[in-house]
Amino acid sequence: MSGYLEGVLVLLAVNVVFAYGAFLPVAAGQLNLGLAGFAAIGAYASAFLSNTYGVTPVLAIAVGGIAAGLIALVVAVPVLRTRGIYLALATFALGQIVQATLLNLEVVGGAAGYPVTAFIRLPTIALFAAGVVVVVALLFATRFGIAVTAVHDDERVADLMGLDVRAFQIAAFTLGSIIAGIGGGLYAHHFSFIEAQYFNIGLSITIVLYVLLGGTQTVLGPLIGAVVFTLLPEILRGSANWRYVLFAAAVIVLMALRPQGLVTGEQIRRLLGLDRHGIRQAEIAREPAA
Amino acid sequence: MTNERPILRLERVTKRFGGMTAIDDLSFDVRCGSRTALIGPNGAGKTTVFNIVTGAVPIDAGSVFVDGKDISRVASRRRIAHGVARSFQNVRLMPHLTTLENVMVGQHCRNAGLFGVLQPVNLWPHNRWREAARAALTDAGLERYAGATVKNLPYGVQKRVEVVRAMMAKPHLLLLDEPAAGLNSTETEALQRLLERICDNGAVTLLVVEHDMHFVGATCDEVIVLDFGRKIAEGTPTEIRANARVQEIYLGTPVTDATERRHAARSA
Repeated sequence: MSGYLEGVLVLLAVNVVFAYGAFLPVAAGQLNLGLAGFAAIGAYASAFLSNTYGVTPVLAIAVGGIAAGLIALVVAVPVLRTRGIYLALATFALGQIVQATLLNLEVVGGAAGYPVTAFIRLPTIALFAAGVVVVVALLFATRFGIAVTAVHDDERVADLMGLDVRAFQIAAFTLGSIIAGIGGGLYAHHFSFIEAQYFNIGLSITIVLYVLLGGTQTVLGPLIGAVVFTLLPEILRGSANWRYVLFAAAVIVLMALRPQGLVTGEQIRRLLGLDRHGIRQAEIAREPAA
Repeated sequence: MTNERPILRLERVTKRFGGMTAIDDLSFDVRCGSRTALIGPNGAGKTTVFNIVTGAVPIDAGSVFVDGKDISRVASRRRIAHGVARSFQNVRLMPHLTTLENVMVGQHCRNAGLFGVLQPVNLWPHNRWREAARAALTDAGLERYAGATVKNLPYGVQKRVEVVRAMMAKPHLLLLDEPAAGLNSTETEALQRLLERICDNGAVTLLVVEHDMHFVGATCDEVIVLDFGRKIAEGTPTEIRANARVQEIYLGTPVTDATERRHAARSA
């Protein structure tokens, strides 16, 4: 496999992981614009462990994810008190704090960046990505998936139905941050060098875009979104720098024509033949009195 | 089957919104096993009573007792575990869940905790919670809509799904906010049959806010009349229809006339 192709596929797998990190809070009705910060925590923590203590990369990456999750849990309590645009701003600020802290943290290289000696290749990263997809898919097949969607759709009714709205929001935010941290660790151990500047607001927004464009209603949305919008710029590479224009135009067109994202739950239920009555409107109209 | 202790008791409850007193020193009992209607003109405070009982709005004074327990300070989230469930004036189902999943939301309070939350209800079709939800839909004659996206369902079906969802919590007190509003006669009949089945064994008490007096007459055995957040009458539907004061403010007299008199009565 050429270096270029492996690089693209690694980036694809890492982006898929990141996308699920953004998906969990979005599924609970919250936008986390500080995701890059949690990815940075995972990247730096795992790199520090493997560099300094010789921890095997796979274990270091897992611990990095947990570190990101622990910090998310601590900040979630105050941050998730805010709503809507204020929540987006608070999480954005959170990402900035992490980035600024790492820029000034000399033990991990500060502004000069941090080389990572241990190295993992595509198969390991792909396995991690597949694992994340499977775990999130399984999680959403439990009552957790129903509860989180209920919280997303109508917090007040969810509360009256006995759901602990805040607990579900904190859980989704924390789990998402763990996944983002794992993504950061994977990135660090393949590209051998990390710098705080990479984990900026641009990265957070790109990841959130994958989820919004792919679709927030099903666990497949982030996967589709990350795959399409990682590969699209690569496919458009032939058009030189116009590819960024084409990419942005594609984003706007999609937002205008399909604001619910590429895949929706209704669509999947129809494909699987589960929503037999959702498609036969005429039949519903003729609902018998019984 | 009825017993002496009221399932719901409001004791001198007051609720103000800014300068407006929505509920004014209101006391009433709902008899266990009854089907009680809460009626009154627009703005009488009927929905506010529901919001007070479910804890959606805090009260300024008084107490709310459910089955003898004072739940005035119990968080809204925990009240469903005390046996209080409700439907909403405007259908509030979760648009991104299927009909079956919406019904499963109602089971949450009986299947909470980490183990409950991780129940793989959507992983295999014969999970017992999923089966129970499906059985409830079948019982209500709605099984054909189980996999459907709720926004595609007819309004009357959505209203009944909301009732089924509330019943999954196995409440003792079911609050229905204008269940028949916006339904055609066929849908209203289907709803009445569903409520009939729910109340069959007397384990569930109904408290219904409804404007449709035909529906109230056919469904309820007791009526409480509110006006300006106060109770002005109670009795059987027949008694209420005959009550001169209720007729004056609510049922028959021209609106303008009645409104003037109500304003006069209020300033007095």
